[in-house]
Amino acid sequence: MKLSVRMVAVAAVLATAACAPQTSGNSSSDKDEKTGTLRVWLFQEVNNRPKEQVVDSVLADFEKEHEGTEVTVEYIPVETRAQRIKAAFNDPKSAPDLIEYGNTDTAGYVKDGGLADVTADFGAWGEAKDTDPTARQSVTVGGKIYGVPYFVGVRALYYRTDVFEELGLDVPKTQEELISTAKEIRAARPELYGLAVGGAYTYGAMPFIWAHGGELATGKGGSYAAAIDSVAARKGIEAYTSLFGDDNCPAAKCAAMTGNDTITAFAAGKAAMAIGGDFSHAAVEAGKVKGRYAVVPLPGLKAGSIAPAFAGGNNLGVLKSTTHRTLAVDLMKRLASKEAQGELFEAMGFLPTFSDVREQVAAKEAFVKPFVATLAADTKFVPASPAWAQIDAGQVLPTMFQEVVSGKKDVDAAAADAAKKMNDAFGSVG
Amino acid sequence: MVLGGLLAYPIYQLGLISVFHYTQAQVSGGEPTTFEGFGNYSALFSDGQFWEVLLATVVFAAACVVSTLAVGCALAVLLTRVRAVPRLALMLAALGAWATPAITGSTVWLFLFDADFGPVNRVLGLGDHSWTYGRFSAFLLVLLEVVWCSFPFVMVTVYAGIRAVPAEVLEAAALDGASQWRIWRSVLAPMLRPILVVVTIQSVIWDFKVFTQIYVMTGGGGIAGQNLVLNVYAYQKAFASSQYSLGAAIGVVMLLILLAVTLVYLRLLRRQGEEL
Repeated sequence: MKLSVRMVAVAAVLATAACAPQTSGNSSSDKDEKTGTLRVWLFQEVNNRPKEQVVDSVLADFEKEHEGTEVTVEYIPVETRAQRIKAAFNDPKSAPDLIEYGNTDTAGYVKDGGLADVTADFGAWGEAKDTDPTARQSVTVGGKIYGVPYFVGVRALYYRTDVFEELGLDVPKTQEELISTAKEIRAARPELYGLAVGGAYTYGAMPFIWAHGGELATGKGGSYAAAIDSVAARKGIEAYTSLFGDDNCPAAKCAAMTGNDTITAFAAGKAAMAIGGDFSHAAVEAGKVKGRYAVVPLPGLKAGSIAPAFAGGNNLGVLKSTTHRTLAVDLMKRLASKEAQGELFEAMGFLPTFSDVREQVAAKEAFVKPFVATLAADTKFVPASPAWAQIDAGQVLPTMFQEVVSGKKDVDAAAADAAKKMNDAFGSVG
Repeated sequence: MVLGGLLAYPIYQLGLISVFHYTQAQVSGGEPTTFEGFGNYSALFSDGQFWEVLLATVVFAAACVVSTLAVGCALAVLLTRVRAVPRLALMLAALGAWATPAITGSTVWLFLFDADFGPVNRVLGLGDHSWTYGRFSAFLLVLLEVVWCSFPFVMVTVYAGIRAVPAEVLEAAALDGASQWRIWRSVLAPMLRPILVVVTIQSVIWDFKVFTQIYVMTGGGGIAGQNLVLNVYAYQKAFASSQYSLGAAIGVVMLLILLAVTLVYLRLLRRQGEEL
């Protein structure tokens, strides 16, 4: 009996040492076929029909140009994109050639070995020179380019014109005024949140930190160090968390809210102000407050300045495992061309990533003006590190804000803890 | 043999992954897989949050087990005391709760206690009190849901056990003037011991592994992660942030804890001279 137990133990050790867990050989393919079927995954939007029409017209031209090629497009649900794309990386045989992906995922996907390096193709692309710098940064990892920007999204301040008029308030011009105006509204109309904020709304909170000169992390290329506990960043955290309380947005409700929750509250007429994106426009239009609101850039510290905003959005990228690299790159450029991005804006309202195209569309559509102005002022991006996915999924920043607003920790302690967690993540990805 | 294989292989894989550095980059071949030994475990044990979550899980599971057993046994005794119609009604209600999928049950409970629209606040006149904001009130809410969906198993099993107890024994105790509590304490509980052991171990395993209720009702772990339990924590590590090896290490730790609890429990019983 004793012997057999020992044998099993020995066998187990041997087995452990002998074989590692399964991995897939996701090396870049050396094939580059010029005909055949190209598979494309794009995100399924809430109202997807107009997007399909824009894409279809690009595809028609593409198929005409390249004889013997066929393109199949699959629209994948946004909620399950992470699993789908991971699965594609794990099984190169059934993976698509070209994908749309969220721009905060770039560094993670590059580390996973999923995206092809298209630096040379991007450089040779005539239209690339007009790509705005933040959008370019969102496809760049370690000095190399892994895709093309497809559209950008940015947030600004939505406010209720009727409430402001009734209470005789001016639109806030500084961050200080923003906070005091929010509290004034709450005092006069206790059924409303002054400014709807959320403890889990990272991208709504970041402008407060950036406006004070703080940063999430500092560094370049592979190595980052957390800067969320710097003096400037802590001032921003202080400012944002001061909005949680019975005098604006009660912590018991707002601590758990996400960005979507704040927009839902605003659209339902429960908040006098909210920080929403150009992509939130449709949701607000569909709500009770239609026709009774306006949008301005989120104010910075000084009167007339704009708080730096997070430049979200999506990119297109070619998978490393593709067997049709040349064709896939060509299709990627066509889908993200100036013309196609202009059409996509008209169809879906997604802001183009080319500065010149963006100015043209802003001249036509009044509602995008504050967003374009925000993009023109200053935008920031999350650290281009694969650790970001880990920090994001680990809820490091929401936890920090929630610890402060629920009174579990003070700003200094919560920021120090968050910085430690971020540094651990930066360290673990090497 | 087949059963053994089906059981052993996943555990073998779990253990294997837990000693490597294994994230999405390794799975999809972006980086080579490296052997870490007990690196994942030492990272886990040196993480203060892990101990906090472990403590919360143990206390929460213990509270759930005790409440579930108390409610289940009390209702089982009640079942033997009432007439056919109320008994049927209680049985059906319990089976309904049992049959409800955990995710549906959680959503419904959450709605009942919703700060803005929930009937509970309206009935109690609590205004817009948020039940999920405080750590204990959030845990209490989840505990209620867990008890609600797991007491039927205890109730039905114990009820079946009581039915198997010879009627003369109970009658004799009643004739001796024993109270209801005394009958349970001195007659039923000892006779039902094997059944109680099984339902206790079952409950310990279930409540230690609770996932859906916490994930749904506290939005994936509550304000600042205050309501995290081990299973949700492992999910966060393994799947949300793709650190599969760390998640596997948490899984192994959970497996060992549950195995130890079960063994100690069985050992204690054996020492008291009871055979199962």
